[in-house]
Amino acid sequence: MITWRALLKRFLSDPVAICAAVVLLALILMAVLAPVLAPQNPYDLMQLDIMDSEMPPSWQPGGDPRFLLGTDTQGRGVLSTIMYGTGISLLIGVGAVLLSGVLGITLGLIAGYKGGGIDAFLMRLADIQMSLSTLMIAIIALALFQAAFDANVYADYAIIMLIVIIGVAEWPKFARTVRSSVLGEKNKEYVDAARVIGLPARKVMWGHILPNTLTPVMVISTIQVAEAIMTEAALSFLGLGMPVDRPSLGSLIRSGFEFVFSGSTWITFYPALVLIALILALNLLGDWLRDVMNPKLRRGDD
Amino acid sequence: MPMLEVKDLHVAFPRGKKDWIEALRGVDLTLEKGERLGVVGESGAGKSMLAFAILNLIAEPGRVSNGSIALDGQNLLEMSERQIRKIRGNRVSMIFQDPMVTLNPVLSIGTQMIETLRAHRNISRRAAHKLCVQKLKQVAIPSAEGRMDAYPHELSGGLRQRVVIAIALLTDPEIIIADEPTTALDVTIQAEIMALILKLCRENDVALILITHDLGVVAEVTERLMIMYAGKCVETGRTRDMIAAPHHPYAAGLLKALPQNAKRGEKLYQIPGSMPPITNLPTGCPYHPRCPRASDICRASMPPLEGGVACFHPLEQSQEAPA
Repeated sequence: MITWRALLKRFLSDPVAICAAVVLLALILMAVLAPVLAPQNPYDLMQLDIMDSEMPPSWQPGGDPRFLLGTDTQGRGVLSTIMYGTGISLLIGVGAVLLSGVLGITLGLIAGYKGGGIDAFLMRLADIQMSLSTLMIAIIALALFQAAFDANVYADYAIIMLIVIIGVAEWPKFARTVRSSVLGEKNKEYVDAARVIGLPARKVMWGHILPNTLTPVMVISTIQVAEAIMTEAALSFLGLGMPVDRPSLGSLIRSGFEFVFSGSTWITFYPALVLIALILALNLLGDWLRDVMNPKLRRGDD
Repeated sequence: MPMLEVKDLHVAFPRGKKDWIEALRGVDLTLEKGERLGVVGESGAGKSMLAFAILNLIAEPGRVSNGSIALDGQNLLEMSERQIRKIRGNRVSMIFQDPMVTLNPVLSIGTQMIETLRAHRNISRRAAHKLCVQKLKQVAIPSAEGRMDAYPHELSGGLRQRVVIAIALLTDPEIIIADEPTTALDVTIQAEIMALILKLCRENDVALILITHDLGVVAEVTERLMIMYAGKCVETGRTRDMIAAPHHPYAAGLLKALPQNAKRGEKLYQIPGSMPPITNLPTGCPYHPRCPRASDICRASMPPLEGGVACFHPLEQSQEAPA
C-alpha cells in the first residue's frame, strides 16, 4: 500500500497527472456550476428563440456576443448546452461505474471467497456478459424501452435507464478484478486469523479481504468512468441516449452532425472537443494511478 | 473431567474421487484448566492441523473424519457454525507463527482489536478502546495509546507479535493455542516473547497448547508434553520426565539431536532419513524405517499407545537415553 502523503508527493512531481487533474476539475466545476455560470438555460424553452438558430461563434461574421460559441438549430447557445451536457455525461459515467462497481465487487467477492460451484456459475455468467458488447446490449435495451414507452416518459427516465444499462453491462470487469485479488488474498494468514477470532464469513469478506483488494478497483474505476461516458456518447449519437431537449455531450455532437456539411461545424466541434478533453483527462489519471499503485513500477523514494 | 478432551481425532483430505488421505490418524489430548501442554514434532507431523481441528477450522476440502473434541463436555464438532464462532477467539484463542502476515495490513491495530472484542462482547466502542489499550499495556507495548492508530507495517516484528498476543488475550480466553509463536522472530526477541506468554498464562490462569519444534522452549514452559509423528501421538507424559528419560526411540532421537546435548568438537546428531509424506506411509509403525530398534513386528503392525508410549520396543525407564 501507499500512504496518502506519498501519493501526493508522486502526484506533484508528475506534470501530466497535474494537467489531467486540472482539466478534469475544471470540467467538473463547470458542470456543477452550470446553472450559475451558463449565460442561458438551454432546458428552459421560454429562453430559446428560433430566430437565434445556427449562429456562428461570436468572433465570426454574423456572430452574436450573447452566444460565445454560437447556437444550434434550436437557438440554444452551444456554450450553455455544453456546460449542462457535461454534467449529464459525468452523472451517467459516475453513476454507471458506481452501479457496476457495487454489483461487480459484491459478486466478485462472493465468487472468490466461496469458490466452487458459485464461483464457476458467476464467472461463466461474466464470460457470457463479456462476450456481448456493451453497446449491443444497450442498443437493444434502449430501443425496446423507447418503443415501449411514450417519448415523455422516456425523456424523464433516460438518465436512469442509461446508468442502469451501462452499469449492469460492465459488472464483469469489476467482478473479475476483485475475484482474482480475493483468490490471492484469501489464503493469507490474516484471513485465517480473522476466522480464528470468530468472525463470520460476511465480516471476513467485507471487513478484511475487501480493503486489501481495493487498489486495482480504484484504478479500473477511473478508466471505467471514461468508458461509460464514451458508451453514453455513442448511444446518444445513435439517437438512443439522452433526448434532444436534455442533451448530453453525445447528443449535442449528434444534433450538430447533420449540419456539418452546411458549414455549421461549431455545433459538433465544441462539444466533441470537451468530450475528448474529459475522456483524455480521465484516462491519463487512470494510467497514472495504475502506475503509482503498482508496487513493481514504484520508485525507491516512497 | 478435563476442560478440553480430544478423543481419537482423525482429519482427512480427499485424493481423487473416493480415496481419503489422513493427516491426523487418531490423536488423543487432554488439557486441564491452567495447564500448559507442549506439542512437538517435525514439520508435517500434523501439529498445526491439530490446532485448526480443535477450532473446527480445517480448510476445505479437508475435514474431521472421526473423533470428538469436547470443551467442558460440549462436543465442538457437533456445534453449529454460529455456536462455534462464540468459542473461537473468545474461549479459545490462537497465536500464529508469523506476526508479519497474521495482522491485516490495511487495518489499524485498534480497528482489529476493537473488532475482535466487539465480536464477542456487547460493549461500546469507547469501552472497547479502553480495554484494548489496557491489554496492550499488559503485553508491555510502550506508548500503548498511540499504537492503537498504528498500522502493522509501522511496528517491528516483536511488537507485532505482542499485539497478536494482546488480541489473543482480549476476551480472557480459557485456552490459548500458540502455533510456533516465536519461530518467525529474531533470536533475541524469542525469549522475551516466550517469557511474556508464560507470564500471562500464569497470571490469568490460561491453559496453553504450545506447538513448536523447539524442545528447549518446551522444557522451560510446559508441564506436559506430546510428541507427534506422521499424524499420530507417539509419546506423551510429564515434560520433566520425558526430557530426562524418553521412552520412544523418536523422542530419544529428537532429544539427542539438540545441539546443547552434543559434545564439543563432535558432529551434531541427526535422525537419519526424513518423515514419510502422509501420502506414502510405511506399513506398521511409521517410524520403523528410521528406528534403530525396529524389528519385524514394527514393520507389520502399528503399536498402540500404552502407558504414554506407542512403541513395541520402548527404551527402559532405568536406561539412559542413547548417547
